[in-house]
Amino acid sequence: MISVKNLYKSFEGNSVLKNVSVTFEKGKTNLVIGQSGSGKTVLMKCLVGLVEADKGQILYDDLDFANLSFSERKVIRKNLGMLFQGGALFDSLNVEENIIFPLDMFTNMTKDEKIERANFCLKRVNLENVNKLFPAELSGGMKKRVAIARAIANNPEYLFCDEPNSGLDPKTAIVIDNLISEITKEYNMTTIINTHDMNSVMEIGDKVAFIHLGELWWEGDRNAILETDNKELNNFIYASELMRKLKKES
Amino acid sequence: MNLFYHFGSYFVLMAKVFKRPEKASIYMRQIIVEMDNLGLKSIGIVAIISVFMGAVVTIQTVFNIDNPFMPVYAVGYTTRQSIILEFSPTIISLVLAGKVGSRISSEIGTMRVTEQVDALEIMGINSAGYLILPKVVASMIINPVLIIISMLLGILGGWFAAVFGGILPEAHYIIGILLEFSFYDITYALIKTIVFAFLIATISGYFGYNTKGGALEVGQSSTKAVVFSSIFIILFNLILTQILLA
Ligand SMILES: Nc1ncnc2c1ncn2[C@@H]1O[C@H](COP(=O)(O)OP(=O)(O)O)[C@@H](O)[C@H]1O
Ligand SMILES: [Mg+2]
Repeated sequence: MISVKNLYKSFEGNSVLKNVSVTFEKGKTNLVIGQSGSGKTVLMKCLVGLVEADKGQILYDDLDFANLSFSERKVIRKNLGMLFQGGALFDSLNVEENIIFPLDMFTNMTKDEKIERANFCLKRVNLENVNKLFPAELSGGMKKRVAIARAIANNPEYLFCDEPNSGLDPKTAIVIDNLISEITKEYNMTTIINTHDMNSVMEIGDKVAFIHLGELWWEGDRNAILETDNKELNNFIYASELMRKLKKES
Repeated sequence: MNLFYHFGSYFVLMAKVFKRPEKASIYMRQIIVEMDNLGLKSIGIVAIISVFMGAVVTIQTVFNIDNPFMPVYAVGYTTRQSIILEFSPTIISLVLAGKVGSRISSEIGTMRVTEQVDALEIMGINSAGYLILPKVVASMIINPVLIIISMLLGILGGWFAAVFGGILPEAHYIIGILLEFSFYDITYALIKTIVFAFLIATISGYFGYNTKGGALEVGQSSTKAVVFSSIFIILFNLILTQILLA
């Protein structure tokens, strides 16, 4: 479980996160939704320590990540996987080497064990026989899968996904969403997903937090979200014609 | 102001780069990879430039000190000294600043804008150290080798010019080349080369690592990397020459 308490972050006077308090639960897919520019990525980067928050607490179970030193953070870092918006696979390494990379750095596994683990992770994301391909040779959906495989290689307790299905066709997007959701349940991870895609919310939104202009505006699950009378959230949900039509019909 | 800012953040970055590596074996592996990428892949251009440069220096020397009172060894000696003291260490380092510097900066810059650097950080890896240190060490090892090759080929280029251009008897050239050979000159050249290698790798690493934005900015960083590496090579050339030869 990760609890964020009264988190603030600004960049040169432009305040991006304002007093955000939210809890992300274990074994669930926790979605953070909001418009582009609302501060989702910044929030996630604060959570994982890529950006230093100005004020507030980030509790990983009981450890306050925001106030740990670099070396103390290592303990948490080893338990943390992240899926970046563009995949962020290492261009100079092939698929297998990409997945093995975190194992090389932090485990004493033998080469065979590492390859076995890589194959296991690839299989888990439904990819086979791509070990020797380079990122440039993969399609968008395959890159995302390899990135997921790399993120789970080290058996993390916490999984962060920044817009996992941006740039994918709707069908592949759902496949990726479901894959993340299945893996979350299977390994009982605390998974946090940034998205602006209502499809994802309806598919896998165990818990949903809506961020608007850097503030937490609403919290609940995918069933509650359609019933909300929160004006900003409704503007967000029913931005598309499709959702408006569905609403009329129901 | 801007310049001070860059100086400051350059040194902050260097403090990160020279932290103790997480896993030495992986850094060793990277050093070997980088020696290949940055060094062996530069041999071609170094060889071509050196041979032609040696030839031109010889021809220039012949025509500029064409005087019956000049001793027979003058041309060979002058060619050798120019190549060893300046042309190989300084000019070839400038060429490497262009070739290797832009490569380092665009590689790291691309990794930065595609979040690969963040991916390293997430894993708990000191990204600055992992990306820059092996390149610095590899350059400081391999550039001296390139410069020695350049010296030999430069002198060979001069010999070609003398023999095939028919502007100077071969024997005179060789007498000059062998005259009063001092190992200190080579040491001086290699010290310069190693300092230049450090400058190229760290300055280019700095601009690459601090790239923000997208493809356009990657290009701008690599231009800056080349420009500033070159300026600092020229600056340190003056300083080191003062210190080492004075
Ligand atoms: N490193 C940064 N420096 C300055 N401003 C930033 C930085 N990162 C993000 N921002 C600003 O923070 C705001 C939120 O951005 P972001 O979290 O990326 O939004 P999104 O919800 O689309 O992920 C934007 O206005 C953006 O310009
Ligand atoms: Mg974002």
